[in-house]
Amino acid sequence: MASIKISSVRKVYPGNVEAISDLNLDISDGELVVLVGPSGCGKSTLLRMIAGLESITAGEVRIGDKVVNKLEPAERDIAMVFQNYALYPHMSVRQNLEYGLKNRRTPKAEIEQRVNEAARILEITRFLDRKPRQLSGGQRQRVAMGRAIVRQPKAFLFDEPLSNLDAKLRGQMRIEIKRLQRSLKTTSVYVTHDQLEAMTLADRLVVMNAGRIEQVGKPVDLFERPASLFVAGFIGSPPMNIFELATLRQLPGTTLPASIPAKADLVGIRPEALRLEEPAEPFIALEGTVELIEPVGGESHVYVNLNGIETLATVVVQGRLAEGEGSHIKLFMPASALHSFVSETGQRVE
Amino acid sequence: MQTKRSIFTNRWLPYVLLAPQLIITLIFFIWPASQAVTSSFERQDPFGFRTTFVWFENYTRVLSDPSYANALWNTAVFAFGVVAVSMGFALLLAVCVDRAIRTARLYTTLLVWPYAVAPVVAGVLWWFLFNPTIGLLPYILEGFGYDWNHRVSGGQAMALIVIASAWKQISYNFLFFVAGLQSVPASLSEAASIDGAGPFKRFWTIIFPLLSPTTFFLMIININYVMFESFGTIDATTSGGPGQSTTTLVYKVYVDGVAGLNIGSSSAQSVLLMGIVIFLTFIQFRYVERRVNY
Ligand SMILES: Nc1ncnc2c1ncn2[C@@H]1O[C@H](COP(=O)(O)OP(=O)(O)OP(=O)(O)O)[C@@H](O)[C@H]1O
Ligand SMILES: [Mg+2]
Repeated sequence: MASIKISSVRKVYPGNVEAISDLNLDISDGELVVLVGPSGCGKSTLLRMIAGLESITAGEVRIGDKVVNKLEPAERDIAMVFQNYALYPHMSVRQNLEYGLKNRRTPKAEIEQRVNEAARILEITRFLDRKPRQLSGGQRQRVAMGRAIVRQPKAFLFDEPLSNLDAKLRGQMRIEIKRLQRSLKTTSVYVTHDQLEAMTLADRLVVMNAGRIEQVGKPVDLFERPASLFVAGFIGSPPMNIFELATLRQLPGTTLPASIPAKADLVGIRPEALRLEEPAEPFIALEGTVELIEPVGGESHVYVNLNGIETLATVVVQGRLAEGEGSHIKLFMPASALHSFVSETGQRVE
Repeated sequence: MQTKRSIFTNRWLPYVLLAPQLIITLIFFIWPASQAVTSSFERQDPFGFRTTFVWFENYTRVLSDPSYANALWNTAVFAFGVVAVSMGFALLLAVCVDRAIRTARLYTTLLVWPYAVAPVVAGVLWWFLFNPTIGLLPYILEGFGYDWNHRVSGGQAMALIVIASAWKQISYNFLFFVAGLQSVPASLSEAASIDGAGPFKRFWTIIFPLLSPTTFFLMIININYVMFESFGTIDATTSGGPGQSTTTLVYKVYVDGVAGLNIGSSSAQSVLLMGIVIFLTFIQFRYVERRVNY
C-alpha cells in the first residue's frame, strides 16, 4: 500500500498530441480516487502513465516514496483491471490468477493459498478450472478483479472495469468493488464514464477536461459547489440549468436577488432545486409551457419551454406532475440554490 | 442465423460457373494424378513400344533402393531446415514489424517481394550469391577463414537449398504471422507486463501460444511447399548434387522420370510422395490441432 503523487505531469503523444498538460494530484494511502471526464480528456492516459504502460513526457510520478518514471510496469507493483478484462484466453482461471505470482517467484504453497483466498472472496472457486471463454461477462470481471487482488499490490488501477456489463450487474459489482476496496484498504484509481459509479465509489472525485483537472473533491462537494461551469454541467444528471442573467433581468416583473455577486453573468440551478411553489426566501420566477414529461421511476423529468428564454429548462419533480404536457406552469428559483458563474473564465463566483 | 442464399432459376448456370475451375483441376491435377497411379503399376520397355502391367513391382523396387532411403532422409533434413528457418525468421521479422506497425508499410512491402519470385529465379539468385568462383558470399566467408564450396560438400549444398527455399517462403509466413500478431490484443501483453513478465516471457507465455493457430496452418503449408514446390529451387542451385546429397523425394521423381526415363519407378515415387504428405497432414490435424484450440 502506498500513496501516489503526480507532479507537473505532461503527456505528449507522437504527432504532437498533448493528452495531459501539467497535472498535479496527490492520492493518499488507501484512498479511492475516481477520474471522470468527457471522452478523450486523458483519463486512460493518466492511468496508463501511473501503470507504466505509457511513457511520461515531463513531470514526476511517485508511488510510495519512489519516483517510478523510469520503472517498468512490473517494477511498480501495481495491478490494473482493463475494460476488456484482458484475461489470458489460453489459460484456465487458476493459471490466470497464478501468472503474476509465478513471475514474481512466489513460493508454491503461498501461490496456492493466495489464489484460493482470492477465489473465495470473489466467489469464483467453482470456475478455477475453466477457460475465460467459458465464463459470462460478470464472471470474467470477477476473474479480472481476482488477478488484481492475489498480487496484493501497492495500488489498483481500474480503467472502466464495469462498462461492458449490463446495468444490474454493474450495480452489484460496484458495491462489491467498494466493499473489497474498503476491506483491503488498497490505494485505488478508478476511471469511469458512469455518474452513479463516480459519485458512489469515490472518496475523492477528480473531474478532468481536455488534459487538465477541473476540480478535485468529495463527490458531494463537487455536486453542491461546482468550481466551474464545466463541472456544473458534468456532475449531476440531468445536468444543471444555466441561464444568462441579462436575459433573466429582462423578464417582466423580475428583480434579481441581492445574493448574486456583481461579477456574475450566468446563474445555474439544479433541476431538483427548481420549485413549483413560491419559496419563503428571495427568488426568481419563471413562466412557461410543459414541453415533455419523462416519468423515471419515483420522479419525473419535466422539460419546460420558458417564456423569453431559448433553452429548455429541466425540472425534477418528485412523484408525478399534476399538469399535463402543453399546460402552463410557474417555476421558482430560490436564491440559496443558485450557482453564479462568470462566462468569460467559466469559473464560479461567490 | 440466416445465411444469404442465391437462388438460380437456371439449373445449368451453377455448373457453367464452376466449369473453368473444374476443368483446370481435371486437366492439371486429376488426370495426371490418375496417369501417375496407372503407370506406377506398369513397366515400359526401353524404347517405349510396350507397356506391361507389373502389379507392385515398381513400388517394391523403389522401396528397396538405398538411393530412395537417401532421398527420404534428405527430404526430412531439408523439410525440417526449411520449416524451421522460414518460420523462425518470419516470426522474428513479424514481431519486429508488429512493434512499429504504423511506420512499417514500406518494410512490409519489401519483405513480401520474395514471395512473388519464381522458385527457379530464387534458385538462380542464390546460386549466384553462393557460387564458389564468382559468388559474393563465399568471398565474404573466406574472409572469416571458412571455405565454401557446395559443389564438393554435401552439407553445404544442403544448407544452400535450405536457405534458398526458406528465403522464398519467409515472406509468405511473415504475412500470416503479422496478421496473427495484430489479432492478439495489446492489452494482453500489457496485462502480462504488469503481471511481472519481461518481453521474452511475455512472448513465449502469452503471444506465442495465442499464435498457435497461425503457426499450425503455416506448418502444413510449408511442409507441402517443401515436398512439392521446392523442385525449381533445387534444380537451379545444386541439381540434386553433389553425389545425390540434395536429392529430395520430389527431385528424385524428376531425375528418374524425366532424365532417367524410368516412368514406372518415377510414378510409383510420386504416388508414395503424395501418400507421405497426406499422412503428415493427417497426423498434424489429428494431434497438433488438438492442442492449438484454446
Ligand atoms: N497512442 C496514442 N497516440 C496518439 N494520441 C493518443 C494515443 N492515445 C490517446 N491519444 C489521444 O490522447 C487523448 C486522451 O486519450 P485517452 O485515451 O486518455 O482519453 P480518455 O479520457 O480515456 O477517453 P475515453 O473516455 O474515451 O476512454 C485523446 O485525444 C486521444 O486521441
Ligand atoms: Mg479511456
